[in-house]
Amino acid sequence: MSSSRIIWIGPPACVLPTECIRRGPPGHTTMNIVVCVKYVPDATADRRFESDNTVDRVGVDGLLSELDEYAVEQALQIKEKADGDVTVTALCVGPEKAVDAVRKALQMGADQGVHVTDEAIAGSDYIATSLVLAKAIEKIGIPDLVMCGMASTDASGSVVPAMLAERLDLPQVTFAAVVETQGDQVRVKRDGDIATEVIGGTMPLVLSVTDQTGEARYPSFKGIMAAKKKPLETYSLSDIGVDPAQVGLSVAWSSVEDATARPPRTAGEIVKDEDGSGASALTEFLVSKKFI
Amino acid sequence: MSEVLVVVEHVDGAVKKPTYELLTIARRLGEPSAVFFGSADKGAEAAEKLGQHGADKVYVVDDAEIKGYLVAPKAEALQQLVDKTSPAAVLFVSGYEGKEIAARLAIKIGAGLITDAVDVEEGAVTTQSVFAGSYTVKAKVNHGVPLITVKPNSAPVEEVGAAGTVEAFTATISDSAKKAQIVASQPRKASGRPELAEAAIVVSGGRGTGGDFAPIEGLADALGAAVGASRAAVDSGWMPHSFQVGQTGKVVSPQLYVANGISGAIQHRAGMQTSKTIVAVNKDEEAPIFELVDFGVVGDLHKVLPAATDAIEARKG
Repeated sequence: MSSSRIIWIGPPACVLPTECIRRGPPGHTTMNIVVCVKYVPDATADRRFESDNTVDRVGVDGLLSELDEYAVEQALQIKEKADGDVTVTALCVGPEKAVDAVRKALQMGADQGVHVTDEAIAGSDYIATSLVLAKAIEKIGIPDLVMCGMASTDASGSVVPAMLAERLDLPQVTFAAVVETQGDQVRVKRDGDIATEVIGGTMPLVLSVTDQTGEARYPSFKGIMAAKKKPLETYSLSDIGVDPAQVGLSVAWSSVEDATARPPRTAGEIVKDEDGSGASALTEFLVSKKFI
Repeated sequence: MSEVLVVVEHVDGAVKKPTYELLTIARRLGEPSAVFFGSADKGAEAAEKLGQHGADKVYVVDDAEIKGYLVAPKAEALQQLVDKTSPAAVLFVSGYEGKEIAARLAIKIGAGLITDAVDVEEGAVTTQSVFAGSYTVKAKVNHGVPLITVKPNSAPVEEVGAAGTVEAFTATISDSAKKAQIVASQPRKASGRPELAEAAIVVSGGRGTGGDFAPIEGLADALGAAVGASRAAVDSGWMPHSFQVGQTGKVVSPQLYVANGISGAIQHRAGMQTSKTIVAVNKDEEAPIFELVDFGVVGDLHKVLPAATDAIEARKG
């Protein structure tokens, strides 16, 4: 796929290959966006751990993480608003079935897909996952924007975007509730921990978005048909220059020692409100628990 | 014993409660040292409180040059502090900032990272609650300095010591860390109520309020609680997003969570299932939230809550 893309080679002054790729010829904007999409166990299914304490990613139905759909959506909106060529690449790291997440992004409107899959990756922690993503992004070519959802719906760590920024030595503009781009400038509004903030940066950068950015589109019938013809490449670890010994469960820098299904909560007391009985029962309960 | 670094969360020098909880945890792992990003004056002020809560030492990193930038400069400063102190662990509050500083630091220093711990035992073994509370996971870091982000309300606040010794720490920040700018920052207006993420009691409203949050706020004030909202209430424009409890809003873990007119979708549960006691009021007796509760009332929140609020006020005299 990278060979089919037109890559303008910059003037001689441009030394760094990544800089060359991102600038494009004067008067003509090309922009590349890589959206990282994760294949996660369906939250409405019975999510579970395997005997080695890794998440069961095969036996439970999976799908494109809902929170990454917002990133795909924002990437597509940037493409639609731009007056130039924007290429949106969906990138996924995961087992064979994880290609479904890439397909969904293609159906939504992404132009091409990359799926990194290798048995050695199973059980990888954030550190190794971000390494594989970063190396894959380098192989694709450092884009103007690396986009991510705010968190995955399974691990909910919210740390991979920052790790990617660190690994690729890019600025990070994260947890966007509203995204605006103008040329190579990005501004986002976000609900920070203690303040409402506006964060700005210059591309290339890593951008993560929240569900506040607005509903993600459903794939149209046309989109689903078109997706079948879109380029989708599969990379192994050796394709992206990652030593299998650097990833996977056995070398994870953090490990799950024990995963126990929580016993079902003992059914609480439930009362029906009749003529104000509900309020007094509620008050009594709160008093009995010393909340009053 | 080795030092344990605790990254202080504060607003203009006022230390936030979750930091004190981290100090309690840090005492289990070694000798707590707080890391304060701010001015020397504010740092000295904060050191007194931090010391009272167990910090032997307070590193003050002057943030004049870096406070206009997001996360990356703080990660660089911490890397240098880790090099200097070789700590037994670095603890962060699980929020956007804490998680992202930890993430960058993990790559920089080659260390394992655990997020959203609800408990940390001796030896830095963490407990997490995952898959919307259906699993309890014990984990540990096996490589490098354990970096752990801890959810608010995961440990008691304990007053133990005298003022911490202040030590200025000068970090060298690279230009490449100063690229994501904080263009504007508008602190949220104080509501007079406790803050959602750290409150001991949270009273939340959802679709069932029909947009009328007065009963929710009334009960919250009677209980000295923070007000929360479900995604449905936020998406309807009834409450700002900063009130949202759930997977994409605040993840709360209070002593008491009162869900009113909230069905209990998995996205909401992911944000409140570690609450110690859960109470729900909902008209629909089939609402999934009732599967989680310690106590539930099937009834109209617009009737039940005002009556309960009056009863509570009467009891308090």
